[in-house]
Amino acid sequence: MKLKFLVPLALFFVLVAFLAVGLQRDPREVPSPLINKAAPLFKVPQVQLADKTFSPVDMQGKVWMLNVFASWCVACKVEHPLLVQLQQSQIVPLVGLDYKDTRPAALKFLSQNGDPYDLAAFDGDGRVGIDYGVYGVPETFIIDKKGVIRHKQIGPITPEALEKTILPLLDKLKKET
Amino acid sequence: MKRLLALLLLALACLGAGAKDAAPLAEDPVVEQRMLSISEEMRCLVCQNESLAASRSDLAMDLRRELRTLIKQGKSDAEIREFMVSRYGDFVLYRPRVSPLTYLLWGGPFLLMIVGVIVLLVYMRRRSRAVGSAQGLSEEETRRAEALLKEEVQ
Repeated sequence: MKLKFLVPLALFFVLVAFLAVGLQRDPREVPSPLINKAAPLFKVPQVQLADKTFSPVDMQGKVWMLNVFASWCVACKVEHPLLVQLQQSQIVPLVGLDYKDTRPAALKFLSQNGDPYDLAAFDGDGRVGIDYGVYGVPETFIIDKKGVIRHKQIGPITPEALEKTILPLLDKLKKET
Repeated sequence: MKRLLALLLLALACLGAGAKDAAPLAEDPVVEQRMLSISEEMRCLVCQNESLAASRSDLAMDLRRELRTLIKQGKSDAEIREFMVSRYGDFVLYRPRVSPLTYLLWGGPFLLMIVGVIVLLVYMRRRSRAVGSAQGLSEEETRRAEALLKEEVQ
């Protein structure tokens, strides 16, 4: 009963704890409702070979990564060297999705910065992006053998995210049947 | 001088004749009205403090176009909301849905109010009991109190 005066103090600390956690969170990282759902299907022309098309169905049975990029996107340039490196290591097929862009600009971007993609799909009007809930480029989806989205990286891939999240997850997904 | 002024006025009038009425915002005002009423209740993902209806970001424009298409296809408001939520999550809705996840959010204020009322009742009962017992003065005490009060007045 004597400790009653500590109640407001305790409440204060609870409030501080809530605020502290809230401040650490990034409001830009909206959890995607697409995780553990089938990757939306689409069929669009490729960037490099305009007469060929790409559809996620083509990747069935493989673990693969879909990287949404654009030539106008500054943050994409930040993660680009990492993607080039990833492609050289041949760990995972990397498909680009050129979001709201023009083909000449995208081709120039890829020739200047290196082309890390097995192929890049062309989404000039951003329609595919809407189906994937893209709201900020770059975004990267990891899709498993059954065509289910298992992870979404919002913003540029950092070396840390690659080491701690993406590579272990790829290992795990490859072992799944 | 007068002639110059007249000429100038004439020139101005000609300029005015070239102007056109403002182009209508949308070809179908009914569709536009519904699109606005839906998108006002939605958050723009790019500039998170703006509604989808108010934002001028590229994505918001694309999404408004998408909503127009859906409306023209005859989709209901609920279906359109589902379309947005399935892509961007509950976060796009300014008015959170009632689900097990949001029970606390919706019920929290009422819960707090009930707790407050209970605390208030307990406090008031305790106080009235304390005041009640204090009223039980003996005759001697009452006389003394009155005497003190009188002294004060004089």
